[in-house]
Amino acid sequence: MKLPVWFHKLGSPPYVYALAGKLSPWLGAIGCTLIAVGVFWGLVIAPPDYLQGDAARIIYIHPQTAYIGMQAYVVLAVAAGIGFIWRLKVAHAVAASAAPIGATFTFCALATGSIWGAPTWGTFWEWGDPRIMFELLLLFLFLGYMALRAAFDDREKADRVSAILGVVGVVNVPIIHYSVLWWNTLHQGPTIMQLGAPSMTTDMLIPFLITMFGFMFFFYWVLLDRLRAEIVEREQGARWLRELLAGSRP
Amino acid sequence: MDLFLIVLKRDLKLAFRRWSELANPLLFFMIVTAMFPLALPPNTAQLQALGAGIPWIAALLSSLLALEALFRSDAEDGSMEQLLLSPAPLGSVVLAKVAAHWIVSGVPLLALVPAVALSFYLPVEALAVLVPALLLATPTISILVALGAALTVSLKSGASVIGLLVLPLCSPLLIFGARATDLAANGEATAGPLYLLASLAVLSVSLGPIAIAAALKVGLE
Repeated sequence: MKLPVWFHKLGSPPYVYALAGKLSPWLGAIGCTLIAVGVFWGLVIAPPDYLQGDAARIIYIHPQTAYIGMQAYVVLAVAAGIGFIWRLKVAHAVAASAAPIGATFTFCALATGSIWGAPTWGTFWEWGDPRIMFELLLLFLFLGYMALRAAFDDREKADRVSAILGVVGVVNVPIIHYSVLWWNTLHQGPTIMQLGAPSMTTDMLIPFLITMFGFMFFFYWVLLDRLRAEIVEREQGARWLRELLAGSRP
Repeated sequence: MDLFLIVLKRDLKLAFRRWSELANPLLFFMIVTAMFPLALPPNTAQLQALGAGIPWIAALLSSLLALEALFRSDAEDGSMEQLLLSPAPLGSVVLAKVAAHWIVSGVPLLALVPAVALSFYLPVEALAVLVPALLLATPTISILVALGAALTVSLKSGASVIGLLVLPLCSPLLIFGARATDLAANGEATAGPLYLLASLAVLSVSLGPIAIAAALKVGLE
């Protein structure tokens, strides 16, 4: 199989470092603007829910963090798989950078869910709820991945070993997801991700989607900035980096 | 296939010559189950309600103990490297080692489980589901723990990391296994969770050795 040229370019740390530096301010600006607009729209303009009142405004933050957490795991696993197969250092750096962000988003999903649950369900933590359990297990998968990576002194070995765990983990994520769904639940069913018309009115759906995309841009912004830091750390002593720091490289 | 049988026989022989290692996980299983009544209110109703899950947690923890060092001694004395060099696919060697370990640690567990389950007032009829369910779940648990052991084979103290890696991945087995046991104790149909356990066993036994072999190659290179 012949790989396209842009794919080879993405294997070069100086190229990716420069590309990430160019893209990241844009992603950051778009992400922060979308989040600001969406949050203002959701908290001030959108109508309160007829059943839950203002507590329902959690839907402009909480599902987004949960979704980005899962997306981060997929990004991690795909990057790890690419890094393992084609031995791309940059791909391993992406996987290493995605893990702490994903863990943070997953933690935020649990935290915002608890804050919402306290007044609405009357309990901030419910062991019987499948999605709480799934998010908790996902958080453990992220932390396990980071623990395995941290256990190795040799960075290249850490990359390759943790890549296997990432790929095995992503095969398991759907299995874990559906197995925890087996329980009876008091969590409301999926609102957006169902076929046919979404069960949310348009004036709530628009800010929901705006913050969703805002968080997505925010995630890739942080990912690229972490990736740049990760590349600098891995390329210590490389000639291109010394030239860049000395200012003799464009 | 030849190498599969040779490795299987060798590992079984080694295991039966080290009785203490064989007995420790079983003893651990008994002790863990004995800890539950100490920590929980030891009245009949309470223990009966929890009885379906306790053998599962104890079995999971004891397999973690039994397989945590699965590849370590072979990696240390160099015989793992010889197996890596052999022309046979590493996956079948891995499967043989895991199978040998499952025979010496998983199967005796199945003999202990009925006594433990009955002591937690599980109805006798439920045993006819609990034992097959464990028979279907323990191969998957063994494969997952072996994967954790392979990922950490080059670490001096891998044991503390393996639990972090493997236990979240084992959660579906706990859910389906404990659910099947619970359904059986209440006299309901248990085919669903048993089929799911069987499908997970097929998935892990067929794909798991490939991942374990890849992890061993990276760990020992």
